[in-house]
Amino acid sequence: MTDAILEVEGLRKNFGEATAVRDVSFSLPPAGALAIVGESGSGKTTVARMIVGLERPTAGRVTACGRDRSQPARSARERRDRGGQVQIVFQDPYSSLDPRQSPAAAVEEVLRLHTRLDRGRRRARVAELADLVGLDERQMAALPSRLSGGQRQRVAIARALAAEPRILILDESVAALDVSIQAQVLNVLADVRERTGVAYLFISHDLAVVRQVTDDVVVMRHGAIVERGPTDRVLDAPEHPYTQLLRASVPRPGWQVPKTR
Amino acid sequence: MTAITALLGSSRPNRWGPLGTTAAIVILAAVALSVLGPALSSADPNASDFASAYAAPGAGHPLGYDGQGRDLLARLLTGSRTSLLGPLWVVALSMAAGTIIAIAAAWVGGWLDSVVSAALDVVFAFPGVLLAMLVAAVFGPGLSAAVLALSVAYVPYIARLLRSAALAERRKAYVQALEVQGLGAVAICLRHLVPNLIPLIAAQATLFFGYAMVDLAIVSYFGLGVQPPDADWGVMVAGGQSGVLQGYPAESLLAGGCIVVLVVAFNVLGERLSDGSGQGGTFGPSRWWRPRRGGAA
Ligand SMILES: Nc1ncnc2c1ncn2[C@@H]1O[C@H](COP(=O)(O)OP(=O)(O)O)[C@@H](O)[C@H]1O
Ligand SMILES: [Mg+2]
Repeated sequence: MTDAILEVEGLRKNFGEATAVRDVSFSLPPAGALAIVGESGSGKTTVARMIVGLERPTAGRVTACGRDRSQPARSARERRDRGGQVQIVFQDPYSSLDPRQSPAAAVEEVLRLHTRLDRGRRRARVAELADLVGLDERQMAALPSRLSGGQRQRVAIARALAAEPRILILDESVAALDVSIQAQVLNVLADVRERTGVAYLFISHDLAVVRQVTDDVVVMRHGAIVERGPTDRVLDAPEHPYTQLLRASVPRPGWQVPKTR
Repeated sequence: MTAITALLGSSRPNRWGPLGTTAAIVILAAVALSVLGPALSSADPNASDFASAYAAPGAGHPLGYDGQGRDLLARLLTGSRTSLLGPLWVVALSMAAGTIIAIAAAWVGGWLDSVVSAALDVVFAFPGVLLAMLVAAVFGPGLSAAVLALSVAYVPYIARLLRSAALAERRKAYVQALEVQGLGAVAICLRHLVPNLIPLIAAQATLFFGYAMVDLAIVSYFGLGVQPPDADWGVMVAGGQSGVLQGYPAESLLAGGCIVVLVVAFNVLGERLSDGSGQGGTFGPSRWWRPRRGGAA
């Protein structure tokens, strides 16, 4: 696919002797939604960190919006441009916000970095983003310690979206939330995708959620991709034994209990 | 004074407990007295009148005179300025250098971190007082030599603690989110990292103020710091020794008492601040890193 907005080719990461990611390739179309699933330790986070530049690939290429980003950014401008292309929301809602900064200030800081809006416009945009993720004015002005995990995760999503990225990586971003909050955040995400055309790279070990949010899926095991395809197909009729095992080991409401095992 | 304003701005007094509050009041009172100094005693701290050597307290001279017939209250008040300004300089210099080194090492990591850690280990092994005396012996006695030497000697303690705190902070998701946003390293450090380390920095500054006060007094006591006839508490303790032998211990006792009271106050407050600095829960018991005098952290 040459029109892919995110293209990952032959990605590899060694940590000393150990190989966390080996020969991972996939692509994400504009406004698409791709899931990476796999058990804990299978290398999903490492792939995400290499895409956003927090980790340097041992080998392979990452291309986002047609621009190579396998090497560290050389200029402040390039760093900022990359931030405007791909954003990430991490798993842990408790460390994802500066404890001394209100959500409004955090989002505004990103707007100052990425846009030339004046003060009044920035404020309006903060309100717009808050509205998009379902936070009210009082919550946006509070310190993070006064917000719940779900609210913080929504702030993190708003902050990521403030950069108007074409790609948003969600690394287990809803895993720490209880089911009803999780459902709210997932609705927010579906809504945002519809309104902004952002593409999602959705990392999760929760197959029910993956089915709800994504079109395609890759399955990772021990750092490598073992199966890929449309989400429904892969989850309904997994071909690789590991995917079958993965599906069987995470029974969830709405899932038929596998007949074997 | 920077330490005091920083800590007043960053921590709530009701968390300090009665002891911590008392310590803060003692420190504030000492600062006020040293600022108001000349207004409280009209006597010239350096004017000696041998006729009134060791004279008992009297009108206008509430603490009496020292062995050279100088007004004790005036000398204590003037001495408080050098005795507070010296440690203030030490703390300002060593905290600034320690913070910059710690954050650079934690941020850049890799070879810089290894080099810094190794260098800090070497300096670590050297007691501050000895270094200060050595420098004063080589470059000539005086307050600035001692202040510089002590600042250098304290940097490893400060940098080490702050490095691990900065490292923990740097790994937090919000810092990484800002990196992904494309905000520059310096901006992230100045706007986010340092402000979040301020409670710890203030606690360290307060503790080290007490240490610096003792160390500078020792250096002055041995004649390598502040030079007589300038008033300084360490100098006064030394100068009053002959009086002690003759049965007039007032000068040594008063100056020594001031040092002890303030050092204890700074230590108590420093402990309270570091207990409340919020770092304890993040990486282990709040006391493991605290440097003990003359020992490793
Ligand atoms: N910074 C690191 N240093 C060394 N090993 C790491 C590092 N980050 C991840 N790993 C290892 O890489 C493997 C993949 O981890 P990760 O990408 O976090 O997996 P996942 O997100 O799928 O749970 C694990 O074995 C993990 O221990
Ligand atoms: Mg992970």
